[in-house]
Amino acid sequence: MATTTIKGKAAPVSFRNVSKVFGKDVVAVDDISLEIQAGKLVTLLGPSGCGKTTTLRMIAGLEMASSGRILIGDKDVTKLPATDRDVSMVFQSYALFPHMSVLENVSYGLGFSGFSKSETRDRALAGLDLVGLKGLDNRLPSELSGGQQQRVAVARALVLEPQVLLFDEPLSNLDAKLRRQVREDIRGIQQDLGLTVVYVTHDQEEALAVSDEIVVMRNAGIAQIGTPRALYDEPNGVFVADFIGEANLLKCRIVKVDAEIATIDIDGYQHRLAARGLSEGPATLAIRPSRLIIGQDTGVDAVVAKATYVGVRMEYTLEGAFGQVFAVQDDVDDPLPVGSSVKMSFASRGPVLLSDQP
Amino acid sequence: MSKANIQDGRTPPVLLFWIAAGWIGYCLLPWYGVEDGFLSFEWLFDGWPFDEDYAPALFLIGQGEKLWLSPLLIPLAMACLAIGKPKSAPIYSTMLILAGAIGFSWLMIQGFSIGIRGFNYEWLETTFGDLGDRQYGMGYGGLVVASAFLFLLTQGIAARGAVGGDVFVVSAIGGVIAIVTIFVFFPIARMLFAAFVTDDGSYSGNVFVSKFFDDRLWGLGCLWGARCGVALNSLFLAVTVGFLTTVLGLAFALVVTRSGVRFKKGLRALTVLPIITPPFVIGLALILLFGLSGTVTTFIADLLGVQPTRWLYGMPGVLIAQTLAFTPIAFLVLIGVVEGVSPSMEEASQTLRANRWQTFRTVSLPLMRPGLANAFLLGFIESMADFGNPLVLGGNFDVLSTEIFFAIVGAQYDQGRAAVLAIVLLFFTLTAFWLQRMWLGKKSYTTVTGKGDAGVHPLMPKRLALPAIAIAAVWGTFTLVVYVMIVYGSFVELWGVRNTLTFKHYVTAFAVRFNEHGVHWAGSAWDSFFTTLWIAAAAAPLTAAVGLTTAYLLTRQTFAGKNAFEFGTMLSFAIPGTVIGVAYILAFNVPPIEITGTGIILIVSFIFRNMPVGVRAGIASMSQIDKSLDESSLTLGANSWATFRKVILPLLRPAILAALVFSFVRAMTAISAVIFLVSAEYDMATSYIIGRVENNDYGLAIAYSTTLIFVMLAAVGLFQLLVGRVKIGRRTQFVTER
Repeated sequence: MATTTIKGKAAPVSFRNVSKVFGKDVVAVDDISLEIQAGKLVTLLGPSGCGKTTTLRMIAGLEMASSGRILIGDKDVTKLPATDRDVSMVFQSYALFPHMSVLENVSYGLGFSGFSKSETRDRALAGLDLVGLKGLDNRLPSELSGGQQQRVAVARALVLEPQVLLFDEPLSNLDAKLRRQVREDIRGIQQDLGLTVVYVTHDQEEALAVSDEIVVMRNAGIAQIGTPRALYDEPNGVFVADFIGEANLLKCRIVKVDAEIATIDIDGYQHRLAARGLSEGPATLAIRPSRLIIGQDTGVDAVVAKATYVGVRMEYTLEGAFGQVFAVQDDVDDPLPVGSSVKMSFASRGPVLLSDQP
Repeated sequence: MSKANIQDGRTPPVLLFWIAAGWIGYCLLPWYGVEDGFLSFEWLFDGWPFDEDYAPALFLIGQGEKLWLSPLLIPLAMACLAIGKPKSAPIYSTMLILAGAIGFSWLMIQGFSIGIRGFNYEWLETTFGDLGDRQYGMGYGGLVVASAFLFLLTQGIAARGAVGGDVFVVSAIGGVIAIVTIFVFFPIARMLFAAFVTDDGSYSGNVFVSKFFDDRLWGLGCLWGARCGVALNSLFLAVTVGFLTTVLGLAFALVVTRSGVRFKKGLRALTVLPIITPPFVIGLALILLFGLSGTVTTFIADLLGVQPTRWLYGMPGVLIAQTLAFTPIAFLVLIGVVEGVSPSMEEASQTLRANRWQTFRTVSLPLMRPGLANAFLLGFIESMADFGNPLVLGGNFDVLSTEIFFAIVGAQYDQGRAAVLAIVLLFFTLTAFWLQRMWLGKKSYTTVTGKGDAGVHPLMPKRLALPAIAIAAVWGTFTLVVYVMIVYGSFVELWGVRNTLTFKHYVTAFAVRFNEHGVHWAGSAWDSFFTTLWIAAAAAPLTAAVGLTTAYLLTRQTFAGKNAFEFGTMLSFAIPGTVIGVAYILAFNVPPIEITGTGIILIVSFIFRNMPVGVRAGIASMSQIDKSLDESSLTLGANSWATFRKVILPLLRPAILAALVFSFVRAMTAISAVIFLVSAEYDMATSYIIGRVENNDYGLAIAYSTTLIFVMLAAVGLFQLLVGRVKIGRRTQFVTER
C-alpha cells in the first residue's frame, strides 16, 4: 500500500457565455465567461444569491447550463451528467453516507471507476492517510467530529484523482478555530498535488487566504477576477471594494489630473493619488480603515463619534461633513477621547479612486 | 482508469436485455393467458409450443392463426438496429423510440379491437368484414413483449437527453405511468362509459341522466319522515365521521404529546389496535353490546323495565362504528403533525408574551391546519368507502357503497346503476380531495427547517387539557371495551341466548386433523385464510416497490409533467375501494387484460389501493435524507440506479419495512374492493366473514376476526422487532443553503 499514492490530474475549466435560467425567468447565472487554469485554486466569492453555487454545480454537472459551453480539459462537457464527468465535489454538509463506514465512504466512488477490490482499498487507505485520518476507517460518520467528517469528505473526493475538485462552502459548518486549520490543510493538499480546485465561499477573508485567483460574483454575473492582492488593492468598482475587506467610500472631487496622478479634494483637503484613467469631476475614494491616518496637522476635519477598544487595536467611528468613516489605529495606549476634533488624512498607499459611474 | 472513460461506445446491457426479452416473449412464451393460472407451468408439458392455447405468437402465425400479431415483428426487428450504435447517435434513439412506440401502440390497438367475439367495434367489422377469429386475454408473452416495448421506448427517450439522459429515471417514470394508467385510469374510464350504456348495449346520455338524478340518490325524504337518497346519506355520514374522527384524533394526539398523562404508551398502542382490525369487526362488537340481545341493551332493559329497541341498526350504529374504526387513522396522521410543529415556534411565541392558550390558538393550531385537513379527508374517504359496517349495521339506512354492491351482485344486476352510483361516490371523494388541495395550496406550512430543533413542546393550556384528556379517556375506554367484547364474544356459544363459553367456533373454522395423508385442514376457514395470507404477502413487496419508486421520482427528480404525475399517483388515494372494485370487474373481465376471478386481480387491486400510502411513507422518509447525499454519489461516478440502490434504499430500510407491513395488514383487512373481486377459488378472509355475518353466523365470524387480529398483531410485532434491530446511523443535521 505504500506504493499507492494519490496524484493530481489537473485540467483547466472553461466557461463560454454560460447562462442558467431556472423555471421561466429566474436567471441564476447570466452569460459568464471564465477561464480556470490547471493546478490553480480559484474561489467563487459573492453574497448569497449571486449565482456562485449554481456556477459550481454546473461544473459538477448537477445543474445543466441553459446556454453556452463548459469545457473541462479540452473536452466539451456541457451536456454530460455528473456521473460521467471527471469532477468530484466536497459538499457543504459533507454528504457522507450515514450507513457506510469511513472506508466504505471513501471507496464508494472508486468502485464505479473500474478499480479492483484490493486497489480500491489501497487507494482509499492512502486517501485517508493523506488527510490524516489513519486508523479511523471502520468508524461510522456519526462517530466522527465535524472536522473529521469534513476530512473524510475531502478524502472521498480526492481518491478519484479528479480533473477538477470542487468545494461548496466547506468550512461553514466548522467552528472558527478549526476553520483556519482546515483551510490551510486544503490549500496544502491542493498545492502538493497540483490540483485544480474551484471553491465557493461567501467569506472574503477565507477567499483571500486560500486563493490563487478570486472571481467576485454579483447579481448572476462576474464583478471582477483577479489575485487576492489585486482585488484588495485595486478593486474595479464600489461593490468589489466594499465586499473584499472593509472599505470606507468617500465622495470626492477630482480637481486635476496630471500624468495619471489625480489631485482630489474632500472638504477642502487635497490628496494626490493614481488617477486610474478617471478624469476631472466627481468620484469615489475607497479607503481601508487601516489606511486612515488620524492626528496629522493637516487633513479633513472630523469628530470622534465612537471609540472601541478591541484588544489588539482601537476602532473609531469618525464623523464630518463627508459623512461617517470607520478607522482602526494600532495605538491602544493613548486612545482618542470621544467628542474630540481631529484631522483625518490618507496613507500614500492603499486608497484608490473609483468611478462614480456604476 | 477513471469514470469519465466509461461511457458511450458499447451497447448498454439493459438494452440487450429488453431486446432479448421482446424476442423471447414473442417466440417462446405462450402469448395468451393460460387457463390454469399465472403460476402453473403445466403448459410446458401439455402441447407447447404448438397447441393453440399455449402457443407463442410466432408459432401461432406459423400455423396461420392470429395473423394480426405479425406486424409486431417489424418493431422488434427495428430495435435490433440500435445494437452496436453509440448512444449519442441519432439512429440509436430514433430506432428505439419508433420501435417502442409502434410496438406498444399496435399491441394496444389489436388488443382492444379484437376480443372474444371477433372485432369489438361494428365499424371494424363493416370495414374489414367478419374476422372469423377471436382472441383472449394476454398472457406471459403479451406481458413480456409489452414491457419490452415500453422500456425500449423509455431508453430511446433517455438517449434523446430527457431527464439528463438517465435511463433508470426515464424507465421508472414510464413504468409508473403505464401501470397507473392501466390499473387506475383505464378501469375508471371503462366504468364511466358503462354508466352510459343502455339495456340494448348502445350509448345514451339520457340513461346516465335518468339514473343520476334518480330520487333514490338525492331524495330529501328524511326531512319529513321518509327516507333520504343514498348519496345524501353517504355525504352526511362521511362529513360527520370526518369531523368526529378529526376531533377525537386531535384530542388523542394532544394528550400523547402535550400532557403529563402517564399512560401515553398504552394510549399509543390502544389507538393503533384498530388498524389491524377489519373495519366491520367494530360493527360486530357493537351488536354484541347494543344489539337487540346485546349486553348493555338487556342490562338497561332489565334495569329500567323498557323494551329493547333496534336503535343501533341504521345511521347511529354506522356512525359509532365508523368513528371507532377510523379515529386511530386520524390519530396517526395528527400525531405526526402535532409533533412536527417546531417547539421553537411555540417557545418563541411564549417569549413574546403569549400565554399557553394564546400560543396554542395563534401558533400551534394554525400550523396543524394541513394535518387537520388531511385527517378530515381521510375520515371522509374511509367513511365513504366503508362497506362492512353499513352492511352489518345499516338496517334501512342505505349508503352508496352498499347500494353499489347490491346493484352488482344483487337480484337487480344493473351494471349501469352500479357505475352511476360509483361515479357519484367518486365525485364526492375527488371533490373533497380537490378542496383540501385548494385550501392547503395557498400557504407554506413547513416548520421543519432541517436544523435540529432543540426545545420541548409546551403542555396544553388547562382549558384544553381537561376536555382533551376526558375525551381521550372515555373514548379509549370504549375502544378497550369493544375489543374485549370481540375476544370474549368469540368464545360464547350464542350471544344473548346461550351464554356458555365454548371453543366451538374456533373448531369449526380452524380444525386440523391428522390422517394417513398427513395434515388435513378440516376447518371451514382455512381456504380463505391461506388465500388471504399469500395474496397479502404477494401484494406487500409489490406495493412497497411501486410506492417507493414513485416517492423517489417525486422527491428526487424533476421532469416535465411532474405535477400531473404527482396528481395522478395520489389520485388513486381518493378513489374508494368500492369504486375500484366495480371498475375492475367492468374493465378486466374482457380481453386484452382478462384477470377477473384470478388471484392476480386481487393482488393488483391491493397494489393500487395501498400505493398512495407507500408513496406518502416514502416521501416522508426520503425528505429526511438530504439531497446532497444523492448529489455526492453522482459526482463520485455512481449513476442514478446505483445511487438509488446503494444510498437511498439502505437509508430507507425502516420505511420499506413499514410499507411492507402496512400493505400486508391492509390487504388482510380490506373488504370494500375485495368483495367484488373474490371468486370461488380465491375467497378472502374478510369476504368469507361477511358471508358468515349475512347468514347470522356471528360466532364464527367473530372467532375468525379475532384470529385475524392476532395474526396481524404478530405481523406488526415482528416488524417492531425487526426495525428495532436495524441500526441506522442518524445523519447529523446540517443546514444546507443554496
